[in-house]
Amino acid sequence: MEIKQTAIAGTLESSDVQIMLSQSHDGVTFDLVSDVAKQFDDAIKATITQVLAAYDVHNVLVKVVDKGALDMVIRARAITAVQRALDLADEPNWEVL
Amino acid sequence: MKNKVARDIPDDILAATQRQVFNGVDYGHPVTQRVAPKVRATTGGDKIVASIDEVVTKTVADGMTISFHHHFREGDYVFNQVMRSIIDHGYQNLTLAPSSLTNVMNDIVVEAIQKGVVTNITSSGMRGTLGDAVSHGLLAQPVIFRSHGNRARAIEHGEIKIDVAFLGVPNADDMGNANGMDGDAAFGSLGYALIDAQYADTLVLITDTMKPYPNTPASIKQTQVDYIVKVDAVGDPEKIGSGATRFTKDPKELKIAKTVNDVIVNSAYFKDGFSFQTGSGGAALAVTRFLRQAMLDHQIKASFALGGITKPTIDLLNEGLVARVMDVQDFDKGAAASMKGNRDQQEIDASWYADPANKGAMVDKLDVAILSALEVDTHFNVNVMSGSDGIIRGAIGGHQDAAMAKLTIISAPLVRGRIATIVPDVTTVITPGDAIDVVVTEVGIAINPKRHDLIDQLSNVPGLPVYTIEALQQKAEAIVGKPKPLAFTDRVVALAEYRDGTLIDVIKAVKD
Amino acid sequence: MAAEERLRRTMMFVPGNNPAMIKDAGIFGADSIMFDLEDAVSLAEKDAARYLIYEALQTVDYGDAELVVRINGLDTPFYQNDIKAMVKAGIDVIRLPKVESAEMIHTLETLVAEAEQTFGREIGTTHLMAAIESARGVVNANEIAQASDRMIGIALSAEDYTTDMKTHRYPDGQELLYARNVILHAARAAGIAAFDTVFTDLNDEAGFYRETELIHQLGFDGKSLINPRQIDMVNQVYQPTQKEILTAQNVIAAIEAARQKGSGVIAMNGQMVDRPVVLRAERVMRLAKANHLVDSEGNYIEK
Repeated sequence: MEIKQTAIAGTLESSDVQIMLSQSHDGVTFDLVSDVAKQFDDAIKATITQVLAAYDVHNVLVKVVDKGALDMVIRARAITAVQRALDLADEPNWEVL
Repeated sequence: MKNKVARDIPDDILAATQRQVFNGVDYGHPVTQRVAPKVRATTGGDKIVASIDEVVTKTVADGMTISFHHHFREGDYVFNQVMRSIIDHGYQNLTLAPSSLTNVMNDIVVEAIQKGVVTNITSSGMRGTLGDAVSHGLLAQPVIFRSHGNRARAIEHGEIKIDVAFLGVPNADDMGNANGMDGDAAFGSLGYALIDAQYADTLVLITDTMKPYPNTPASIKQTQVDYIVKVDAVGDPEKIGSGATRFTKDPKELKIAKTVNDVIVNSAYFKDGFSFQTGSGGAALAVTRFLRQAMLDHQIKASFALGGITKPTIDLLNEGLVARVMDVQDFDKGAAASMKGNRDQQEIDASWYADPANKGAMVDKLDVAILSALEVDTHFNVNVMSGSDGIIRGAIGGHQDAAMAKLTIISAPLVRGRIATIVPDVTTVITPGDAIDVVVTEVGIAINPKRHDLIDQLSNVPGLPVYTIEALQQKAEAIVGKPKPLAFTDRVVALAEYRDGTLIDVIKAVKD
Repeated sequence: MAAEERLRRTMMFVPGNNPAMIKDAGIFGADSIMFDLEDAVSLAEKDAARYLIYEALQTVDYGDAELVVRINGLDTPFYQNDIKAMVKAGIDVIRLPKVESAEMIHTLETLVAEAEQTFGREIGTTHLMAAIESARGVVNANEIAQASDRMIGIALSAEDYTTDMKTHRYPDGQELLYARNVILHAARAAGIAAFDTVFTDLNDEAGFYRETELIHQLGFDGKSLINPRQIDMVNQVYQPTQKEILTAQNVIAAIEAARQKGSGVIAMNGQMVDRPVVLRAERVMRLAKANHLVDSEGNYIEK
């Protein structure tokens, strides 16, 4: 699936993560800023990549500003961002949940 | 060579510093020889010096060890004025030996290192830009971190030989009699500075308030003082201590504080005449409040409260729930202001407080200590020095010293954000697990398995969940996930001494 | 009715789009945790909150707390997907706001049953509760409370209710007297729990205690709360006295003695013990245990 519109989910509050997805033509690329990048940058990218793959999204620029969010928050924000980017905001993909 | 807490101390470091590795918390009864300072005789007519520049050129030479205290904390004006003069005069190869370094000192220390003015540092700790710079290898020689009690010991034994001490005081007379209680920048106890006053070869007082001679009570005495410089202001009263003490409203901190209180009250140490040290910070203040209620409910009074003092502790003193406050520093205005009129609030120096090598320190008589932690590991070892990214951002303070209490409680959240506090191995060991008895988190407590007595006393208290430390570590990991290990180079940038002067750990430069 | 006997003294609101609060919601000892997808979440973030609560329910350990979600109302576009997502997530209880009739509960029940079917959850395991927020709701409280076997409780929501009644909240609570009693009777007649409304002024501790003591006296199971700091205060009000505990222990001992003798008649001090006395004793002991006033064997702990 192709990203239809730039979409953003999450906040810059502590324990949250803000994920912005925008169109791209060269695969999945990350721009990641995190308070815990040294310990968790790979884990954060892996979680988001997994969600993107579940929606069959393979070309996207992912901008992440992480404030120490737990994995479940990253997953929830990634799902929200993808749904919004694909213009499916209130039609949940029950297979992904 | 591996030490008692399984940390590998490089042999070249041991050889270069002539240190032993940490081998246990028991200091024993060694006989040691103290050093004595040089004394330049004077009748006092030459003590008043017009400016900091003048006193610096009179007293400082290349290669010397200079010291400061940190009682002004983030409101310190003295350190920057003196260091500015020292840098501008081009001195080189100095050793900086303050009681600790606060954020307000960071920029000028970094500049002094970059210009070769400062080539060695010993301190209780460092934070912010300075900690970051040191962790990236700015200083060629490793920093030596010492607890407050260990600093006193090292000065008494000549391991730190102070050539010139520059001590800011909120008042002094023209002979150098001074205390911390009067003046715009009053901070209460001069506890850490008193050691410098006693052992420095040359003692310079810097003050903004001249008092008529003789100035009493004299914590620092004219017999110790070489020079006095009057400046416009020694500190910013607003930043020296926190203002009105606010109890935390954070429900998680309150839960932890209440659990700490449950541990104390259900231990055998909670009886008439017990003693305690709580420290500062929101949770510590909340513990003091819960403890007050428990003391009232059980009609129990404490013989003394020790260490860094806050207003809520002074309230206990005034209420008659605590008989004496043994005060090495004051964290807020309320505690600082009360010292003057209260003979039961005793100023104590760092040696009396916590030195293991003297004829008895107050911490040896302490029943209960409540301490914080950046990390605790499954061996109960505690890190209060390096952050989750491996960068220096803390201070030993009195942590190793107060942990000599009969019941040492670490109060810390299970996780902070996505960072676990209870970990398999701490990044830097500062206080060994043998000195830690109970770890309190918001989900429950863990008791050091060596403390069978505490396990008996605390295991069947309704509403007080007891876990193994391993179970707490696994709970934390289940919440945050498994972090990647931090990457360090082989370059040692700091040494952490135990309070007896042995090496408990080394800190290496971070790899970015 | 689905109301198994459990303590429901405290139902703590958790804003549905706040990761920090969702993460820590389990550590304060609330009997029930109520994640809010409705008023605490802005229209633009309804989707985000739904996914966040969904993921939290999959991963966070909330211990023994009963997990409740307040979904968006029947008249909103979020209603149906909220139900599906929460049923799939395995929520214990769905709380429907602004309930005015049994029919609203029937509609909800049908959708919940469909979702259980779709997502392979055992039919009937998702419980329901209704918030009464209007005069019509109060008038129809009986039929609402008895609308479904899935119902576990009804709650008064005073902000909307007082507006509907052309008044507002007063410190003495006279304006809520009728609604509280109606809701309580409806709940008791249906055999389900009754929850009192929130108290919003966190700085008025005396007022909070006054209101909690009143609803405790009336017979409410507990109260909805907006801050974890209120939990201990409610538990303190609901804590039984030493005398109540000792009496309850005697009743329990008499039951045990009768059981050992194989006797159907429970006697204490030569008098027969009625069923209501037994029930009250059991509830006192549950409260005593929850307040850590007795040890695991039921012995009173001297404080």
